[in-house]
Amino acid sequence: MPSQAVLTADQRPAPRYVEDVIRAAAILTMFWGIAAFLVGVVIAAQLVWPQLSFDSPYLTFGRLRPLHTSAAIFAFGGTALIGTAFHVVQRTCRARLFGGEPLAWFVLLGYQFFILAAALGYLFGITQSKEYAEPEWFVDLWLTIVWVAYLIAYVGTVIKREEPHIYVANWFYLAFIITIAMLHIVNNLALPVSITGTKSYGAWSGVQDAMIQWWYGHNAVGFFLTAAFLGMMYYYIPKAANRPVYSYRLSIIHFWSLVFLYIWAGPHHLHYTSLPDWAQTLGMTFSVMLWMPSWGGMINGLMTLSGAWDKLRTDPGLRFSVTAVGFYGMSTFEGPVMSIKAVNSLSHYTDWTIGHVHSGALGWVAFIVFGTLYYLVPKMWNRPAMWSTRLISWHYWIATVGIVLYITAMWVSGIMQGLMWRAYDELGFLQYSFVETVAAMHPFYLIRLLGGVCFLSGGLIMAYNMWRTIRTETETLVTQTRPALAA
Amino acid sequence: MPTKIEKDTLSGQNTTGHEWDGVKELNTPLPTWWVYTFYATIAFAVVYCALYPSWPWLTGHTQGLLGYSSRAELRQELSAQAKERAGFVDRIRAASLADIRKDPELFNFAMAGGRSAFQTNCMQCHGAGGGGSTGFPNLVDDDWIWGGSIDQIYATIEHGIRNSDDKSRQSMMPRFGVDGLLTGAQVAAVTDYVLSLSGKAKATPEGAKIFEEQCVACHKAGGKGDQELGAPNLADGIWLYGGSRDAIYRSIFYARNGSMPAWSGRLDEATMKMLAVYVHSLGGAR
Repeated sequence: MPSQAVLTADQRPAPRYVEDVIRAAAILTMFWGIAAFLVGVVIAAQLVWPQLSFDSPYLTFGRLRPLHTSAAIFAFGGTALIGTAFHVVQRTCRARLFGGEPLAWFVLLGYQFFILAAALGYLFGITQSKEYAEPEWFVDLWLTIVWVAYLIAYVGTVIKREEPHIYVANWFYLAFIITIAMLHIVNNLALPVSITGTKSYGAWSGVQDAMIQWWYGHNAVGFFLTAAFLGMMYYYIPKAANRPVYSYRLSIIHFWSLVFLYIWAGPHHLHYTSLPDWAQTLGMTFSVMLWMPSWGGMINGLMTLSGAWDKLRTDPGLRFSVTAVGFYGMSTFEGPVMSIKAVNSLSHYTDWTIGHVHSGALGWVAFIVFGTLYYLVPKMWNRPAMWSTRLISWHYWIATVGIVLYITAMWVSGIMQGLMWRAYDELGFLQYSFVETVAAMHPFYLIRLLGGVCFLSGGLIMAYNMWRTIRTETETLVTQTRPALAA
Repeated sequence: MPTKIEKDTLSGQNTTGHEWDGVKELNTPLPTWWVYTFYATIAFAVVYCALYPSWPWLTGHTQGLLGYSSRAELRQELSAQAKERAGFVDRIRAASLADIRKDPELFNFAMAGGRSAFQTNCMQCHGAGGGGSTGFPNLVDDDWIWGGSIDQIYATIEHGIRNSDDKSRQSMMPRFGVDGLLTGAQVAAVTDYVLSLSGKAKATPEGAKIFEEQCVACHKAGGKGDQELGAPNLADGIWLYGGSRDAIYRSIFYARNGSMPAWSGRLDEATMKMLAVYVHSLGGAR
């Protein structure tokens, strides 16, 4: 097509993008976020006051905990990723989504159906009891179908792109979609007891099962919670800051080193277990080598702001994204440290791990989603800005205080717990019983609950702000002092 | 392919010349400190893999220069600890329980070891302080079902109660209601009699008669109990399964016959002795 070849990207008309699905995903993300934070607050309160399960099997900590983790990771995080992936891939490929509205709706709604099926299963006690892979075989099969549709929509769009190169954000989203498919299928291989029953038996057993479970579990962290959200960062931070990405070379090197090294790191969840020593060694060394590849993303995120740091004063949405990258850097340093066997012998099975996960989940994942939504919502609804910039600021500070309370409480509680477990008296006998460690952690559970309440309150403020932004007509919108963001 | 390399005035770096939806990329070189830190972690990994068991092949894996194995490390730590305690543990094993109590040094060691073993093995049922709970006897009062002398306590720990151990303490209260030995009304009457022993109800002559016929053989006259048979004292107001009228009715109707595991075979002799010394010291022991 010679006539098109001479036109530059700016001159060609943009295709008609699929956007209704992205708007729906933004609202659903907010809804699941509130749900996840709320259940988190409930189970944090149960740890302080165990009687809050009201002796009901449906409300025990054991059933509500996977409800919380799945709501946070898969419902809140996953819906945000589907929505933003569709937004980013269309914009950066300059192509309408492959499969158009029907395929996009199927992916989004099919995924919502998966979430509901999984959540109801947890409450009724239908579970494989594999962490982050609790849903039973029939729910897994459904997710596989939805996920393949997601992959087709994504790859199809990349293939028919009009831009000559594939933007870095797409590498990360693609790595996420492909790897999660592989992890999901292998870890969930199971034989149902009957075609009409919910129960199944996994294909793996013993230490192989543990190994595959944590190969899955750690790469759910690596590809779902890290790579995919890096994809989000690579588009929305440069857009919001209106600055070029800091280093193309760094993005290549850290992408390939990250995806290559992450897939090996799972065994660090099984230090000092019956997992063979050689596998523990590899899990630890690959985790240590992951430090710099992870930080490559942080450098690219933060340094993209150079020359635009002043924007943090006026754009609290961008402040969320940048703080997210900061928490990302912190937890991707903490992770390799905790994978070192000597450290792990103290930290493993303690609240330190819970704190680590939440500095990643609240600080990185949730904050980058908040930052993204604060950018995306005005764009998608054609508003000049969010309804209230002040409320974004309020959200930012309340949520940040919440995270700090949460993770410092868990650091102190976890390290104390680990030290109490290994404490010997002068005659060589264990100093503390398990229940004494539980009693000692009680005040920190209360602080953690307070942190969770802060984080939930911030989420509610955001939901209100989002609702007002969407409902308010453009003319009556108070733009305040915020400068218009670059399109 | 339209590429338009530009110079970014703020950073002085060139862009790569590509643009996606307005997003451009600078061609900034890798930060030196990043590259060298990455190299350092790789060097660490290589050295660590050389020292420790690491790379697998079809039939085995590299053993590492240090010859490390986590099982060997655990064995070493356990034997080092055993060696450290050997003097005390040998003396505990050799001494009688009475002698342990007389030797302040040995007693001190046994108390520490007994407390530690209690916190790991016993508190799940008997409570962290030995206070017990419904169905699990309180060990700090002076009400003993199978005897509160230190030797009796040791025997209970060693062989347990109503389990498959050959020397387990055995006795079986009949299920008076379930097996039709007494009618519901008769169980109610004897319940009142049992309550009357601690002044909690008024006994009827019928209840007294049934107690005389059915219960006295084990629980003795006046419900004073018999530790030889593990028949609890019914007159002291201390109740293992609750002292309400309903709970006592159920105890007679269904019988309880709680059990405790035998610890010989799970714990070594010295640990069981230390446990006996510790439990004996908790308060109510004779």
